[in-house]
Amino acid sequence: MKTDRLIEILGANIEPISPRRLRVAVVLALVAGVTGALCLMLATVGPRTDIGAHLPSLAIKLGFALAVAGAGSAFLARSMRPGQHSRRLLALMWLPFIALGAAAVAALTTAEPASRGALVLGTAWWSCLICIPLFAAIPFAALIGAARNGAPTSLARTGAAAGLVAGAFGAAAYALHGPDDFVPFIAVWYSAAIGLCALVGALLGRRLLQW
Amino acid sequence: MGGGIDIAIESAGNLVQLACVTKQASRANYLMDIHATEVELRDLMIAGLDGNAAAYKTLLSRASDYLRGYFRGHLASANRGAVEAEDLVQEVLIAIHTQRHTYDRTRLFTPWMYAIARYKFVDYLRRTSAEASDVPVEEAEEVLAHNDHAAVESSLDLESLMAGISDQARRAIQYVKLDGLSVREAAQRCGVSESALKVTVHRGMKALALRIRQRSS
Repeated sequence: MKTDRLIEILGANIEPISPRRLRVAVVLALVAGVTGALCLMLATVGPRTDIGAHLPSLAIKLGFALAVAGAGSAFLARSMRPGQHSRRLLALMWLPFIALGAAAVAALTTAEPASRGALVLGTAWWSCLICIPLFAAIPFAALIGAARNGAPTSLARTGAAAGLVAGAFGAAAYALHGPDDFVPFIAVWYSAAIGLCALVGALLGRRLLQW
Repeated sequence: MGGGIDIAIESAGNLVQLACVTKQASRANYLMDIHATEVELRDLMIAGLDGNAAAYKTLLSRASDYLRGYFRGHLASANRGAVEAEDLVQEVLIAIHTQRHTYDRTRLFTPWMYAIARYKFVDYLRRTSAEASDVPVEEAEEVLAHNDHAAVESSLDLESLMAGISDQARRAIQYVKLDGLSVREAAQRCGVSESALKVTVHRGMKALALRIRQRSS
Protein backbone atom coordinates (compact mmCIF):
# COMPACT_ATOMS: atom_id res chain seq x y z
CA MET A 1 0.00 0.00 0.00
CA LYS A 2 1.19 3.51 -0.76
CA THR A 3 1.49 5.83 2.22
CA ASP A 4 -0.38 8.60 0.39
CA ARG A 5 -3.34 6.29 -0.04
CA LEU A 6 -3.28 5.41 3.66
CA ILE A 7 -3.23 9.12 4.54
CA GLU A 8 -6.27 9.69 2.30
CA ILE A 9 -8.09 6.87 4.10
CA LEU A 10 -7.15 8.03 7.58
CA GLY A 11 -8.09 11.62 6.80
CA ALA A 12 -11.44 10.78 5.19
CA ASN A 13 -14.53 11.98 7.07
CA ILE A 14 -12.75 12.74 10.33
CA GLU A 15 -14.80 13.86 13.31
CA PRO A 16 -13.78 16.46 15.89
CA ILE A 17 -12.24 14.86 18.98
CA SER A 18 -13.28 15.99 22.43
CA PRO A 19 -10.25 16.92 24.57
CA ARG A 20 -12.02 15.41 27.59
CA ARG A 21 -12.55 11.95 26.13
CA LEU A 22 -9.73 10.19 27.93
CA ARG A 23 -10.39 11.94 31.25
CA VAL A 24 -14.06 10.99 31.09
CA ALA A 25 -13.13 7.34 30.53
CA VAL A 26 -10.82 7.35 33.56
CA VAL A 27 -13.32 9.11 35.84
CA LEU A 28 -16.10 6.70 34.83
CA ALA A 29 -13.83 3.75 35.55
CA LEU A 30 -12.90 5.18 38.95
CA VAL A 31 -16.54 5.69 39.92
CA ALA A 32 -17.53 2.24 38.65
CA GLY A 33 -14.54 0.74 40.46
CA VAL A 34 -15.30 2.27 43.86
CA THR A 35 -18.94 1.29 43.57
CA GLY A 36 -18.07 -2.23 42.51
CA ALA A 37 -15.59 -2.76 45.36
CA LEU A 38 -18.07 -1.42 47.93
CA CYS A 39 -20.94 -3.54 46.62
CA LEU A 40 -18.81 -6.68 46.61
CA MET A 41 -17.78 -5.99 50.21
CA LEU A 42 -21.40 -5.43 51.26
CA ALA A 43 -22.55 -8.54 49.42
CA THR A 44 -19.87 -10.80 50.94
CA VAL A 45 -18.38 -9.99 54.35
CA GLY A 46 -20.38 -6.84 55.13
CA PRO A 47 -19.29 -3.91 57.33
CA ARG A 48 -18.25 -4.52 60.94
CA THR A 49 -21.06 -3.97 63.42
CA ASP A 50 -19.01 -1.86 65.85
CA ILE A 51 -17.85 0.56 63.16
CA GLY A 52 -19.01 3.62 65.13
CA ALA A 53 -16.60 2.82 67.94
CA HIS A 54 -13.54 2.79 65.66
CA LEU A 55 -13.88 5.99 63.65
CA PRO A 56 -10.28 7.28 64.19
CA SER A 57 -8.70 4.09 62.84
CA LEU A 58 -11.26 3.99 60.02
CA ALA A 59 -10.15 7.52 59.13
CA ILE A 60 -6.50 6.38 59.00
CA LYS A 61 -7.34 3.41 56.78
CA LEU A 62 -9.54 5.41 54.43
CA GLY A 63 -7.11 8.33 54.34
CA PHE A 64 -4.26 5.99 53.42
CA ALA A 65 -6.27 4.12 50.78
CA LEU A 66 -7.63 7.27 49.18
CA ALA A 67 -4.19 8.94 49.14
CA VAL A 68 -2.79 5.90 47.31
CA ALA A 69 -5.76 5.87 44.94
CA GLY A 70 -5.44 9.61 44.27
CA ALA A 71 -1.72 9.58 43.45
CA GLY A 72 -2.10 6.31 41.55
CA SER A 73 -4.95 7.48 39.37
CA ALA A 74 -3.13 10.73 38.51
CA PHE A 75 -0.16 8.62 37.42
CA LEU A 76 -2.41 6.18 35.57
CA ALA A 77 -4.20 8.92 33.63
CA ARG A 78 -0.92 10.49 32.63
CA SER A 79 0.73 7.21 31.66
CA MET A 80 -2.04 6.66 29.10
CA ARG A 81 -0.75 9.59 27.05
CA PRO A 82 2.47 8.96 25.09
CA GLY A 83 5.46 11.16 25.79
CA GLN A 84 4.39 12.53 29.16
CA HIS A 85 6.91 12.08 31.92
CA SER A 86 5.58 11.45 35.37
CA ARG A 87 8.55 10.95 37.67
CA ARG A 88 7.15 13.36 40.23
CA LEU A 89 3.86 11.46 40.38
CA LEU A 90 5.77 8.21 40.68
CA ALA A 91 7.50 9.62 43.77
CA LEU A 92 4.19 10.91 45.09
CA MET A 93 2.73 7.39 44.96
CA TRP A 94 5.26 6.21 47.53
CA LEU A 95 4.41 9.00 49.96
CA PRO A 96 1.35 7.42 51.65
CA PHE A 97 3.28 4.18 52.16
CA ILE A 98 6.25 6.01 53.66
CA ALA A 99 4.05 8.12 55.95
CA LEU A 100 2.12 5.12 57.23
CA GLY A 101 5.32 3.11 57.59
CA ALA A 102 6.88 5.89 59.67
CA ALA A 103 3.79 6.03 61.90
CA ALA A 104 3.97 2.24 62.31
CA VAL A 105 7.64 2.36 63.29
CA ALA A 106 6.89 5.13 65.80
CA ALA A 107 4.05 3.07 67.29
CA LEU A 108 6.24 -0.02 67.53
CA THR A 109 9.18 1.74 69.18
CA THR A 110 6.96 3.27 71.87
CA ALA A 111 5.09 0.00 72.47
CA GLU A 112 6.13 -2.61 74.99
CA PRO A 113 8.44 -5.18 73.36
CA ALA A 114 6.14 -8.07 74.29
CA SER A 115 3.12 -6.54 72.53
CA ARG A 116 4.90 -5.71 69.26
CA GLY A 117 4.08 -9.01 67.58
CA ALA A 118 0.38 -8.57 68.26
CA LEU A 119 0.44 -5.00 66.87
CA VAL A 120 1.74 -6.30 63.53
CA LEU A 121 -0.09 -9.61 63.24
CA GLY A 122 -3.46 -8.49 64.63
CA THR A 123 -6.26 -11.01 64.41
CA ALA A 124 -7.09 -11.42 60.71
CA TRP A 125 -4.14 -10.64 58.43
CA TRP A 126 -5.10 -13.50 56.11
CA SER A 127 -8.58 -12.08 55.59
CA CYS A 128 -6.95 -8.76 54.71
CA LEU A 129 -4.72 -10.45 52.11
CA ILE A 130 -7.63 -12.32 50.56
CA CYS A 131 -10.39 -9.71 50.68
CA ILE A 132 -8.49 -6.68 49.39
CA PRO A 133 -7.35 -8.31 46.11
CA LEU A 134 -10.81 -9.86 45.76
CA PHE A 135 -12.55 -6.49 46.13
CA ALA A 136 -9.95 -5.01 43.78
CA ALA A 137 -11.00 -7.25 40.90
CA ILE A 138 -13.91 -5.07 39.74
CA PRO A 139 -12.04 -1.74 39.87
CA PHE A 140 -9.08 -3.39 38.16
CA ALA A 141 -11.22 -4.58 35.27
CA ALA A 142 -12.79 -1.12 34.96
CA LEU A 143 -9.41 0.66 35.02
CA ILE A 144 -7.80 -1.69 32.51
CA GLY A 145 -10.81 -1.10 30.29
CA ALA A 146 -10.21 2.64 30.54
CA ALA A 147 -6.46 2.24 29.97
CA ARG A 148 -7.17 0.32 26.77
CA ASN A 149 -8.73 3.56 25.51
CA GLY A 150 -5.37 5.20 25.89
CA ALA A 151 -1.93 4.56 24.46
CA PRO A 152 0.35 3.54 27.32
CA THR A 153 3.95 3.12 26.18
CA SER A 154 5.13 1.34 29.32
CA LEU A 155 2.58 -1.42 29.71
CA ALA A 156 3.86 -2.91 32.96
CA ARG A 157 3.90 0.51 34.61
CA THR A 158 0.40 1.39 33.53
CA GLY A 159 -0.82 -2.06 34.55
CA ALA A 160 0.86 -1.67 37.94
CA ALA A 161 -0.79 1.72 38.43
CA ALA A 162 -4.20 0.23 37.58
CA GLY A 163 -3.51 -2.58 40.08
CA LEU A 164 -2.37 -0.10 42.72
CA VAL A 165 -5.49 2.06 42.42
CA ALA A 166 -7.73 -1.02 42.33
CA GLY A 167 -5.94 -2.39 45.40
CA ALA A 168 -6.43 0.94 47.17
CA PHE A 169 -10.16 0.79 46.41
CA GLY A 170 -10.22 -2.78 47.67
CA ALA A 171 -8.47 -1.59 50.84
CA ALA A 172 -10.97 1.25 51.28
CA ALA A 173 -13.85 -1.23 51.02
CA TYR A 174 -12.12 -3.66 53.37
CA ALA A 175 -11.51 -0.83 55.88
CA LEU A 176 -15.25 -0.88 56.61
CA HIS A 177 -15.05 -4.56 57.52
CA GLY A 178 -11.58 -5.31 58.90
CA PRO A 179 -11.46 -5.83 62.68
CA ASP A 180 -7.80 -4.80 63.12
CA ASP A 181 -7.08 -1.20 64.07
CA PHE A 182 -3.37 -1.04 65.00
CA VAL A 183 -1.32 1.23 62.78
CA PRO A 184 1.52 -1.34 62.36
CA PHE A 185 -1.07 -3.89 61.17
CA ILE A 186 -2.48 -1.47 58.61
CA ALA A 187 1.00 -0.48 57.45
CA VAL A 188 2.09 -4.08 56.87
CA TRP A 189 -0.99 -5.90 55.62
CA TYR A 190 -2.93 -3.20 53.80
CA SER A 191 0.29 -2.18 52.03
CA ALA A 192 1.15 -5.79 51.23
CA ALA A 193 -2.30 -6.44 49.77
CA ILE A 194 -2.16 -3.27 47.66
CA GLY A 195 1.37 -4.13 46.56
CA LEU A 196 0.21 -7.58 45.53
CA CYS A 197 -2.50 -6.01 43.38
CA ALA A 198 0.08 -3.71 41.76
CA LEU A 199 2.32 -6.68 41.00
CA VAL A 200 -0.49 -8.66 39.40
CA GLY A 201 -1.48 -5.50 37.52
CA ALA A 202 2.04 -5.15 36.10
CA LEU A 203 2.05 -8.75 34.90
CA LEU A 204 -1.44 -8.58 33.37
CA GLY A 205 -0.85 -5.11 31.95
CA ARG A 206 1.83 -6.42 29.62
CA ARG A 207 -0.72 -8.70 27.98
CA LEU A 208 -3.91 -6.70 28.24
CA LEU A 209 -2.71 -3.23 27.27
CA GLN A 210 -0.94 -3.88 23.96
CA TRP A 211 -1.96 -1.66 21.07
CA MET B 1 61.08 31.14 11.49
CA GLY B 2 59.80 31.25 15.05
CA GLY B 3 57.37 34.05 14.13
CA GLY B 4 56.01 31.98 11.22
CA ILE B 5 55.20 29.06 13.50
CA ASP B 6 53.48 31.39 15.95
CA ILE B 7 51.35 32.83 13.20
CA ALA B 8 50.55 29.33 11.93
CA ILE B 9 49.54 28.22 15.43
CA GLU B 10 47.51 31.36 15.92
CA SER B 11 45.66 30.97 12.65
CA ALA B 12 45.07 27.29 13.39
CA GLY B 13 43.58 28.36 16.71
CA ASN B 14 41.38 30.87 14.93
CA LEU B 15 40.23 28.16 12.56
CA VAL B 16 39.27 25.89 15.45
CA GLN B 17 37.48 28.79 17.08
CA LEU B 18 35.70 29.56 13.83
CA ALA B 19 34.71 25.91 13.44
CA CYS B 20 33.30 25.95 16.96
CA VAL B 21 31.31 29.10 16.28
CA THR B 22 29.98 27.66 12.99
CA LYS B 23 29.05 24.44 14.71
CA GLN B 24 27.25 26.33 17.46
CA ALA B 25 25.49 28.44 14.86
CA SER B 26 24.37 25.39 12.87
CA ARG B 27 23.26 23.74 16.11
CA ALA B 28 21.27 26.88 16.92
CA ASN B 29 19.79 26.88 13.42
CA TYR B 30 18.94 23.21 13.76
CA LEU B 31 17.16 23.83 17.07
CA MET B 32 15.30 26.78 15.56
CA ASP B 33 14.19 24.61 12.64
CA ILE B 34 12.98 21.96 15.04
CA HIS B 35 11.13 24.54 17.04
CA ALA B 36 9.46 25.91 13.91
CA THR B 37 8.53 22.39 12.82
CA GLU B 38 7.08 21.64 16.24
CA VAL B 39 4.90 24.74 16.17
CA GLU B 40 3.72 23.93 12.66
CA LEU B 41 2.95 20.26 13.35
CA ARG B 42 1.18 21.10 16.58
CA ASP B 43 -1.05 23.67 14.88
CA LEU B 44 -1.92 21.14 12.18
CA MET B 45 -2.66 18.49 14.79
CA ILE B 46 -4.96 20.74 16.79
CA ALA B 47 -6.79 21.78 13.63
CA GLY B 48 -7.11 18.08 12.75
CA LEU B 49 -8.51 17.28 16.18
CA ASP B 50 -11.07 20.02 15.62
CA GLY B 51 -12.18 18.22 12.46
CA ASN B 52 -10.17 20.01 9.75
CA ALA B 53 -9.45 17.15 7.31
CA ALA B 54 -7.08 19.11 5.05
CA ALA B 55 -4.87 20.14 7.99
CA TYR B 56 -5.00 16.60 9.31
CA LYS B 57 -3.87 15.06 6.03
CA THR B 58 -1.06 17.63 5.79
CA LEU B 59 -0.01 16.67 9.30
CA LEU B 60 0.06 12.95 8.49
CA SER B 61 1.97 13.63 5.30
CA ARG B 62 4.57 15.82 7.04
CA ALA B 63 4.82 13.32 9.89
CA SER B 64 5.34 10.45 7.46
CA ASP B 65 8.39 12.20 5.95
CA TYR B 66 9.99 12.58 9.38
CA LEU B 67 9.05 9.07 10.44
CA ARG B 68 10.50 7.69 7.21
CA GLY B 69 13.78 9.47 7.89
CA TYR B 70 13.79 8.23 11.46
CA PHE B 71 13.04 4.58 10.69
CA ARG B 72 15.29 4.35 7.65
CA GLY B 73 18.18 5.69 9.68
CA HIS B 74 17.58 3.19 12.45
CA LEU B 75 16.77 0.22 10.24
CA ALA B 76 19.78 0.71 7.99
CA SER B 77 22.02 -0.06 10.96
CA ALA B 78 19.96 -3.21 11.56
CA ASN B 79 20.38 -4.23 7.88
CA ARG B 80 16.74 -3.85 7.04
CA GLY B 81 15.34 -2.10 4.06
CA ALA B 82 13.08 0.65 2.86
CA VAL B 83 9.96 -1.54 2.71
CA GLU B 84 10.20 -2.40 6.40
CA ALA B 85 10.68 1.30 7.15
CA GLU B 86 7.55 2.11 5.14
CA ASP B 87 5.61 -0.62 7.00
CA LEU B 88 6.63 1.07 10.24
CA VAL B 89 5.75 4.54 8.93
CA GLN B 90 2.27 3.30 8.09
CA GLU B 91 1.86 1.48 11.35
CA VAL B 92 2.75 4.66 13.25
CA LEU B 93 0.40 6.74 11.08
CA ILE B 94 -2.46 4.39 11.95
CA ALA B 95 -1.46 4.58 15.62
CA ILE B 96 -1.34 8.39 15.48
CA HIS B 97 -4.82 8.27 13.99
CA THR B 98 -6.44 5.76 16.34
CA GLN B 99 -4.76 7.29 19.39
CA ARG B 100 -5.13 10.95 18.49
CA HIS B 101 -7.47 11.50 21.42
CA THR B 102 -4.50 10.81 23.73
CA TYR B 103 -2.74 13.96 22.49
CA ASP B 104 -3.02 16.77 25.05
CA ARG B 105 -3.44 20.04 23.12
CA THR B 106 -1.63 22.01 25.83
CA ARG B 107 1.59 20.03 25.32
CA LEU B 108 4.26 19.67 22.65
CA PHE B 109 3.47 17.48 19.67
CA THR B 110 6.96 16.12 18.95
CA PRO B 111 7.40 14.14 22.22
CA TRP B 112 3.97 12.60 21.71
CA MET B 113 4.77 11.48 18.17
CA TYR B 114 8.25 10.32 19.19
CA ALA B 115 6.85 8.21 22.05
CA ILE B 116 4.42 6.50 19.66
CA ALA B 117 7.13 5.94 17.04
CA ARG B 118 9.47 4.51 19.65
CA TYR B 119 6.81 2.25 21.15
CA LYS B 120 5.92 0.87 17.72
CA PHE B 121 9.60 0.45 16.83
CA VAL B 122 10.39 -1.52 19.99
CA ASP B 123 7.26 -3.59 19.41
CA TYR B 124 8.25 -4.25 15.80
CA LEU B 125 11.76 -5.34 16.68
CA ARG B 126 10.46 -7.61 19.41
CA ARG B 127 8.05 -9.24 16.96
CA THR B 128 10.40 -9.64 14.05
CA SER B 129 13.83 -10.42 15.42
CA ALA B 130 14.96 -13.37 17.43
CA GLU B 131 17.58 -11.42 19.32
CA ALA B 132 16.53 -8.51 21.48
CA SER B 133 17.56 -5.30 19.74
CA ASP B 134 17.82 -2.19 21.78
CA VAL B 135 16.27 0.96 20.47
CA PRO B 136 18.43 3.84 21.65
CA VAL B 137 16.85 6.31 24.04
CA GLU B 138 17.19 9.72 22.45
CA GLU B 139 15.75 13.16 22.76
CA ALA B 140 12.28 13.40 21.26
CA GLU B 141 13.64 15.84 18.63
CA GLU B 142 15.52 12.92 17.08
CA VAL B 143 12.31 11.97 15.30
CA LEU B 144 12.47 15.28 13.40
CA ALA B 145 16.16 15.01 12.52
CA HIS B 146 15.71 13.52 9.03
CA ASN B 147 13.09 14.35 6.50
CA ASP B 148 12.67 11.73 3.77
CA HIS B 149 10.06 12.25 1.10
CA ALA B 150 11.02 9.26 -1.07
CA ALA B 151 8.18 6.89 -0.18
CA VAL B 152 8.16 3.31 -1.40
CA GLU B 153 5.20 0.98 -1.34
CA SER B 154 4.81 -0.85 1.96
CA SER B 155 4.19 -4.56 2.23
CA LEU B 156 0.84 -3.95 3.92
CA ASP B 157 -2.10 -4.98 1.80
CA LEU B 158 -5.29 -3.15 2.65
CA GLU B 159 -7.62 -5.76 1.18
CA SER B 160 -6.11 -8.66 3.10
CA LEU B 161 -6.01 -6.60 6.30
CA MET B 162 -9.66 -5.67 5.85
CA ALA B 163 -10.52 -9.34 5.34
CA GLY B 164 -9.44 -10.03 8.90
CA ILE B 165 -11.88 -7.75 10.73
CA SER B 166 -15.58 -8.14 11.46
CA ASP B 167 -18.11 -7.69 8.63
CA GLN B 168 -19.73 -4.80 10.41
CA ALA B 169 -16.45 -2.93 10.92
CA ARG B 170 -15.35 -3.67 7.36
CA ARG B 171 -18.57 -2.25 5.95
CA ALA B 172 -18.37 0.84 8.14
CA ILE B 173 -14.76 1.53 7.13
CA GLN B 174 -15.56 0.83 3.49
CA TYR B 175 -18.40 3.40 3.49
CA VAL B 176 -16.82 6.16 5.58
CA LYS B 177 -13.13 5.85 4.83
CA LEU B 178 -12.93 4.39 1.30
CA ASP B 179 -16.18 5.32 -0.46
CA GLY B 180 -16.27 8.75 1.15
CA LEU B 181 -19.86 8.50 2.35
CA SER B 182 -20.80 10.87 5.16
CA VAL B 183 -21.23 9.39 8.62
CA ARG B 184 -24.99 10.01 8.38
CA GLU B 185 -25.34 8.18 5.04
CA ALA B 186 -23.17 5.31 6.20
CA ALA B 187 -25.18 5.00 9.42
CA GLN B 188 -28.40 4.83 7.42
CA ARG B 189 -27.03 2.12 5.14
CA CYS B 190 -25.80 0.08 8.09
CA GLY B 191 -29.03 0.68 9.98
CA VAL B 192 -27.33 2.00 13.12
CA SER B 193 -27.09 5.37 14.85
CA GLU B 194 -24.38 7.83 13.86
CA SER B 195 -22.56 7.55 17.17
CA ALA B 196 -22.65 3.74 16.99
CA LEU B 197 -21.17 3.94 13.50
CA LYS B 198 -18.36 6.24 14.69
CA VAL B 199 -17.52 3.75 17.44
CA THR B 200 -17.55 0.90 14.91
CA VAL B 201 -15.17 2.78 12.61
CA HIS B 202 -12.83 3.60 15.51
CA ARG B 203 -12.79 0.00 16.75
CA GLY B 204 -12.35 -1.22 13.18
CA MET B 205 -9.27 0.97 12.74
CA LYS B 206 -7.85 -0.39 15.98
CA ALA B 207 -8.59 -3.93 14.79
CA LEU B 208 -6.72 -3.17 11.55
CA ALA B 209 -3.74 -1.98 13.59
CA LEU B 210 -3.89 -5.22 15.57
CA ARG B 211 -3.95 -7.23 12.33
CA ILE B 212 -0.74 -5.52 11.24
CA ARG B 213 0.91 -6.53 14.49
CA GLN B 214 -0.28 -10.12 14.22
CA ARG B 215 0.78 -10.39 10.59
CA SER B 216 4.48 -10.28 11.40
CA SER B 217 4.49 -12.22 14.64
